[in-house]
Amino acid sequence: MSEGLDKKNTKLVRKLVLIVLGMFGFGYALVPIYNVFCDITGLNGKTASEAVVDVKYEVDLNREITVEFITSLNESAPMIFNTKTKKIKIHPGKYYTVNFYAENKTDKKMVARAIPSVTPGLAAEYFKKTECFCFTEQAFKPREGKIMPVRFVVDPELPAKYKTITLAYTFFDNTDKSVK
Amino acid sequence: MSAVTAEDHDHHDHGPAKGLLRWVITTNHKDIGTLYLLFALLMFFVGGTMALIIRAELFEPGMQFVNPQFFNSMTTMHALVMVFGAVMPAFVGLANWMIPMMIGAPDMALPRMNNMSFWMLVAGILLLASTLLMEGGAPASGWTLYPPLVLQTGTALPFAIFSVHLLGISSIMGAINIIATIFNMRAPAMSLMKMPLFVWTWLITAFLLIAIMPVFAGAVTMLLTDRFFDTSFFNAAGGGDPVLYQHIFWFFGHPEVYVMILPTFGVASTIIPVFARKPLFGYASMVYATAAIAFLSFIVWAHHMFTVGMPIAGELYFMYATMLIAIPTAVKIFNWTATMWKGAMTFETPMLFSIAFVVLFTIGGFTGLMMALAPVDFQYHDTYFIVAHFHYTLVPASVFILMAAGYFWLPKWTGNMYDEKLAKLHFWLSAISVNILFFPQHFLGLAGMPRRIPDYAVQFADWNMISSIGAFIYGPSQLIFAYIVYKTIKGGTGEKVTGEVWEGAKEQSLEWTLSSPPPYHTFTTPPKDVPTMSTSR
Repeated sequence: MSEGLDKKNTKLVRKLVLIVLGMFGFGYALVPIYNVFCDITGLNGKTASEAVVDVKYEVDLNREITVEFITSLNESAPMIFNTKTKKIKIHPGKYYTVNFYAENKTDKKMVARAIPSVTPGLAAEYFKKTECFCFTEQAFKPREGKIMPVRFVVDPELPAKYKTITLAYTFFDNTDKSVK
Repeated sequence: MSAVTAEDHDHHDHGPAKGLLRWVITTNHKDIGTLYLLFALLMFFVGGTMALIIRAELFEPGMQFVNPQFFNSMTTMHALVMVFGAVMPAFVGLANWMIPMMIGAPDMALPRMNNMSFWMLVAGILLLASTLLMEGGAPASGWTLYPPLVLQTGTALPFAIFSVHLLGISSIMGAINIIATIFNMRAPAMSLMKMPLFVWTWLITAFLLIAIMPVFAGAVTMLLTDRFFDTSFFNAAGGGDPVLYQHIFWFFGHPEVYVMILPTFGVASTIIPVFARKPLFGYASMVYATAAIAFLSFIVWAHHMFTVGMPIAGELYFMYATMLIAIPTAVKIFNWTATMWKGAMTFETPMLFSIAFVVLFTIGGFTGLMMALAPVDFQYHDTYFIVAHFHYTLVPASVFILMAAGYFWLPKWTGNMYDEKLAKLHFWLSAISVNILFFPQHFLGLAGMPRRIPDYAVQFADWNMISSIGAFIYGPSQLIFAYIVYKTIKGGTGEKVTGEVWEGAKEQSLEWTLSSPPPYHTFTTPPKDVPTMSTSR
């Protein structure tokens, strides 16, 4: 093999390896890209995991929207988790509070985290929470049960085609993973 | 005629090393090609055995032979072994053997890396196979390795992930080698648009590989850190999202299925003109269609996840983009048909397999088009309809074309003719049984039978039994192929073949200008002219 060819090969291989490394990085870059994309478009039903500022909206009394609440436990986390309010009728712009109940069924301390999800996904950005137990991890003493409120408002800007919004919470047992 | 001539003073002509060690240390493209092909054949039988375990369990409703966990391991391992151990290595083997001979190069550009990528493949597959013996069993989440299910894998998880890393690095090295060979080693007369289509399709496939394998490596690395290092890429409790994995996986996964089909197109475009005794119809459009398919493969991934909960705009975009792929693919189907049109056709086994490929791949293509329709995909999703679809595009397409390639080039590789009668028997058994095997799965899927289940409702019993009968004819018939390969290597029918082997093949591609079998080193001086029957208009 001539020397010129060796040089050409080395040059080309260098470029190709750069592509490979670049694509490996791109795989990781997809994570923030995906999150930003979902944040902007509100796809995927991801709702804000931080409280929004209490804004005064004009209450639209002519419009009624049904809000449903679903509770579930991930991988049979050893808890009780439910709400007495399965569904309520609301007016956009008005603030409401709904109570959830969660209980630690074990004799040990527990740390758990509730993850919210809103369906339909595109309605998520109009569903605003000023207070929620899902903003932080929740610590439970052995056998402790807690009533946890969620205070929310539906933005009157919500497009007219949405008549029902479903808010689903899943509790994850984070005791092992939590650094405490 | 031999290309290795006495006036070749640069190189002292040495043959292969003696003994078994030859195969371990070889850097010769023909030796490595042989290793790849034989290894792929072996893995084809390993993966096939797993498929037969699946079909045996599904022969009747109820649990017969294996427990559900092992059944799921079998569907997962069958897919991984067939994709990464059989089909991909088989095409890399063909690339190793044929690309240097087709472009008039003495060897691959990076022979040592070539050896390394083969042995890394073996290591990767052994690592993968070892998970079968581990506590908790082999991965059982399906080849897509979706979290959170895959994170429940026992001891096997890190081993499976490292094996994917090894297999990925191996195919990336193979791809880099192929690109370097094609760009830097062509004979001076071999311009890009004179390259045989097999070379073209592999060039494009190699670019797909270096673009997607690193992404897959990244995705499984995220799985690894999620499980062992408390990251939360896909863990909702930590702010991650399992749907994200599906996006990353299919960004890799969709081009990946084209990695297995593009070289198939290349081989079909090589074989059909030879037996139609005509130039390939529409050479340039074949090249552009291949490139178009490769490009489109990057922007359609989410059609694998229509049911995940996408907004209507997303569904529509991925639906139309996916349907767009039908256009370049149809260009290819029509070109092959036009190549055969009014040709002086003969029906030797490679041609039979190629014609069966054109017909049966079209069926697989049409079912693909059906599933591209987002609204109906909600019914097909995760049913046997999907299983039928992708097996039609892989078995009577990629695997048939690999068989065709075997029959087509075996006489060139060995200098001996294969047994045409046995080969025809192999073809007819395969062509009939493959349809008995996979066609009923369309009906099962439309009726609602989910995939990846070891037991099913009795309403699915009849077609499952027929499908299993097909499987038990198809599987063992492939042993005929193994026997024919063995027999041909050992002397075949006794008839020595000429360098050209197939009438008129010399006009189509360079490898037929060499003797059969070709000398250990070929084209140490590049050929002056290249055949242009199919490439120039």
